Amino acid sequence: MAKDILQKPGAFFDQFDRKGGAQKTTHYCPGCGHGNAHKLIAEAIDDMGLQDRAVFVSPVGCSVFAYYYFDMGNIQAAHGRAPAVGTGVKRTRPNSIVISYQGDGDLASIGSAEILHAANRGEQMAVFFINNAIYGMTGGQMAATSLIGQKTTTSPYGRTVENEGYPMQMAEIMATLRAPVFVQRCHLADSKGIMDTRKAVRKAIKNQAEGKGFSFVEILSPCPTGWKMSTHDACEYIKTNMLPIFPAKVFKDESETREPFFREIPTLTDEQVIKALELGMLGEPQPRDEKFLKNFTTMKYKFAGFGGQGVLTAGVILAATAMQENLQVSWIPSYGPEMRGGTANCSVVLSKDPIGSPLVVKPDVLAVMNDPSLDTFENDLKPGGLLIVNSSIIARKTKRTDIDTLYIPLTDIASKMGLTAAANMVLLGAYLEYTKLLPLEHLKLIAPRGLKRKELADKNVEAVEAGAKWVRENITAKKTKAPAPVA
Amino acid sequence: MAEYTQPRVEIVPNLCKACQRCVDVCKPGVIETNLENAFNELGYQWLVYKGEGCTGCGACFYACPEPGAIIVFKRTKAEEDVAGNGKAPK
Repeated sequence: MAKDILQKPGAFFDQFDRKGGAQKTTHYCPGCGHGNAHKLIAEAIDDMGLQDRAVFVSPVGCSVFAYYYFDMGNIQAAHGRAPAVGTGVKRTRPNSIVISYQGDGDLASIGSAEILHAANRGEQMAVFFINNAIYGMTGGQMAATSLIGQKTTTSPYGRTVENEGYPMQMAEIMATLRAPVFVQRCHLADSKGIMDTRKAVRKAIKNQAEGKGFSFVEILSPCPTGWKMSTHDACEYIKTNMLPIFPAKVFKDESETREPFFREIPTLTDEQVIKALELGMLGEPQPRDEKFLKNFTTMKYKFAGFGGQGVLTAGVILAATAMQENLQVSWIPSYGPEMRGGTANCSVVLSKDPIGSPLVVKPDVLAVMNDPSLDTFENDLKPGGLLIVNSSIIARKTKRTDIDTLYIPLTDIASKMGLTAAANMVLLGAYLEYTKLLPLEHLKLIAPRGLKRKELADKNVEAVEAGAKWVRENITAKKTKAPAPVA
Repeated sequence: MAEYTQPRVEIVPNLCKACQRCVDVCKPGVIETNLENAFNELGYQWLVYKGEGCTGCGACFYACPEPGAIIVFKRTKAEEDVAGNGKAPK
């Protein structure tokens, strides 16, 4: 489209107010290529009428302030993460035109994983990669794209292959992937280069508007300040030094042959959520009344044992049961990398008020399934708190005298039923029978939810009852009155 | 035949950072530092159009990194009904 007047594209703000005062310019140094690239992008957006749909993802680097200049949707991404942020924008707003704009420190170093995977997924976005072979914003350090022999503040004798390897050729790497539809490298060193860049920018944005897929445009850009050169010399440097290493050409262009595709926004219906979380497969217990909630004091728990003893699951099921009573709950596990063995513990908080921190330092109730757990947490229990000891495994008694202690042969009870792994359910059954904090019947309804193997649901419910039975026979019968819930 | 004014380039003094990129790319060489060697609000000796010889090619516009600094009037027409072909009239 031929225009009679070439002027500031409308996709820019009328005035750049970042610096305040009289300075209404971009913050870029004189001769910086960012301004050219900005102008070409803004012009393309303008000419195609995409301003209202465009979302510009600013990177970290000199162009971090791009949102002060582009009058369109703006997000400033964490260092190197522009393609990841762009993915989120595009997937949730498929009608948007996502422009991911990154420098070489951002894209080729810290964000190399993000760009590779976004490209490999064929995200519907246009990525503009400004390559100036140096870290411009931080003062001219060596980048992944710095040339062999290039002197920077961190390679004062010049980059060497032996020490720093070869310059990263991102366009070539992108072109090896199947998903990208358009990959081109161009430069801003002279009028021809700029006009080639202009075409590439327009094509990349057009591809996205047409749903063709991922486009990648690498733009070799002068950095007179970082290279410590005049603008003229910087442009010559691109032509004589950079272009032999970073050839300007189209590496891949399937814009004409690609079928457009549009991703659907992933959504879940209520039914799907209920099914996925296995809610509603059991009868819903009735919530307790207001009086119960009002009188409830915050309870903090620590369940600890070997990995595989089910202490994490015990915490989940207790929290889930409490949730049914309209209590606020939190659960946070702590364990090593082992799937079996090792030590594990979890912290559970039940409260009538929102919970500030899920961490439990001084539990009201401590349940220990093995010796090391008793040794580790014994002294943390609050005075007057409840300690439940798995006496099948732990031979010793607690040294504390200011607490209430239950010694229950949890593992033996579970083994007798034929499911040693259900010792955690025995524990919960015994605890609720002893304190009456929550209805035992509700626990029996909730318990199967926390299990991966549903065929063992009945056995686990049986284990809950076995724990409760043990308490009735060995504790309650011997006491004159049932103990009140621990405060 | 519609009437045209000559193509011309305008440089906004207080947006110019004097990077000389427009000077580099201008084929007819019609951009120069302002004659008084004065400094603008940013502290740069801004560039100006010599006053004649602009072909309206737009090279300086695209070479200029500052979005608002250069405006190129390729062909300003007296009448609005002329279809533009992008070429500046002689």
